[in-house]
Amino acid sequence: MRTDLAVIGAGPAGLAAALAADRRGLRVALVDAAPEPGGQFYRQPAAGLRAERPQALHHQWRTWVGLRDRLATSSVRVLSEHHVWCVERTPDGPAVHALLGPEQEKPAEVRATAVLLATGGYETVLPFPGWTLPGVVTAGGAQAMLKGGLVVPGRTAVVAGTGPLLLPVATGLAAAGVRVAALVESADPGRLLRHAGALAGKLPEGAGYAARLLRHRVPFLARHTVVRAHGDTRLTGVTVAALDAHGRVRPGTERRLPCDTLAVSHGMLPHTDLAESLGCRLDGLTVAVDAEQRTDVPGVWAAGEATGVGGAALALAEGHIAGRSIAARLRGTVPDPGEWAPAARARARMRGYAAALDAAYAPPAHWTDRVTDDTVVCRCEEVTAGTVREALALGAGDARTVKLLTRAGMGWCQGRMCEPAVAGLAGCEPAPSRRPFARPVPLGVLAEQHEQHTERGPS
Amino acid sequence: MNPLELAGAGPGPAFEVTFDGRRIEALPGRTVAAALWAAGVTSWRTTRGGGRPRGVFCGIGVCFDCLVTVNDRPNQRACLVPARPGDVIRSQEGTGRAD
Repeated sequence: MRTDLAVIGAGPAGLAAALAADRRGLRVALVDAAPEPGGQFYRQPAAGLRAERPQALHHQWRTWVGLRDRLATSSVRVLSEHHVWCVERTPDGPAVHALLGPEQEKPAEVRATAVLLATGGYETVLPFPGWTLPGVVTAGGAQAMLKGGLVVPGRTAVVAGTGPLLLPVATGLAAAGVRVAALVESADPGRLLRHAGALAGKLPEGAGYAARLLRHRVPFLARHTVVRAHGDTRLTGVTVAALDAHGRVRPGTERRLPCDTLAVSHGMLPHTDLAESLGCRLDGLTVAVDAEQRTDVPGVWAAGEATGVGGAALALAEGHIAGRSIAARLRGTVPDPGEWAPAARARARMRGYAAALDAAYAPPAHWTDRVTDDTVVCRCEEVTAGTVREALALGAGDARTVKLLTRAGMGWCQGRMCEPAVAGLAGCEPAPSRRPFARPVPLGVLAEQHEQHTERGPS
Repeated sequence: MNPLELAGAGPGPAFEVTFDGRRIEALPGRTVAAALWAAGVTSWRTTRGGGRPRGVFCGIGVCFDCLVTVNDRPNQRACLVPARPGDVIRSQEGTGRAD
């Protein structure tokens, strides 16, 4: 199909952009992997579960209702269950290549004049002994299963790691009947206070979570970490310990908490693969954009977590600005930023929050000390920390060389799960990894692409 | 309170699937992973190398840890694939293929 704008990702950024562009007369295709729009933040219970009170699992429900209702009355064409694996630059504009349905075997193509990358992010979990046991899940994964499937993984959970995501996950699991034995946050609340000025607007939200943790009697262990998950074929408990000011375990503080679920998270990383294969410039790990959310590749905009992890409200503001910019640019006019001044102000404020939160919540400095040699680092290829360390001892100086020597990062997940850990063990900053395809693609689909290109002649 | 009550869910009648030959009930709309969790199952794969058990990790289709064999098709992500009446779900050993 052919459209003016293809928006990739139907989370907050993609929805806001699609609606803003639709309102200004563009033909918009909203391309998303899930069965229903919403992304991770607004993930809804599966229709078949007929939930009457999905808002019980959500924050900012009214914002979602507004987006949902506007989408229903818009002309936006929603292409759900489209798993995009590549966006290609062609002389006629970007071509979006997707695989259809949960099977992901049949291809689909969307051709557009402009594309917006609103691809969101995924969680970082740093390894520790026992983290591959069934029952250990990402905090966001526990939340996704709860929001989408109305299901919980067990009866007693520990929620651990670092970052603002731990709060809604702990309170969400508790509200759904899980006993939350502890919320284990490695960061020092004092560091949040140091950024109190920047975070003042976030205080009511924080106070709300504090009240809910109290109501559900969830013990909050700050400056603590999970040092080990226990169990043979599934999780039976975790050992937690207090951290000193340098991020090292304080001797003698270890204690064991029985649990059948550990929901763990150490932050978020943006999905930038599509941007990279388009040739967009990255700024560190995120897609670089200008004040209009344009990347440096003509016809390609980006918004939301892909341009910097900052949450749903920031994504909405960025998406809105991108949608208006695209509408103006595709008509050949220069947009007036004054028209989106409120969104730009919200964007500036939210980016301030994100920077302050990022500074306050960081994994403890010496986390690699606790990764024993027999701990699996690459979950797909079952590469242990010991093997990674051997590669480093042989002279591997970065994640890429470690990968070539050990296979760490060569599995199904394309290195997304182990990359931060390998970089940490190697003592280097995580670098964007070049993935020509954003997901595994059947060879038959690739062969078909080749035939099409050959029929058209060399381009 | 359980999650279904919390969200005021009123799903249609449960249907039957099998997991490693055992009959389990699944609610309409749930993925294979959600149906297995609801039946108390948390692992349904063993790794290629160490033969270690795995189940859901990321829950959103990124990590590929929840691979499972559904109706003889191996390597399906249980967190993405919806459960359908009569599905034959099997634990996946290694690559899930006879090799």
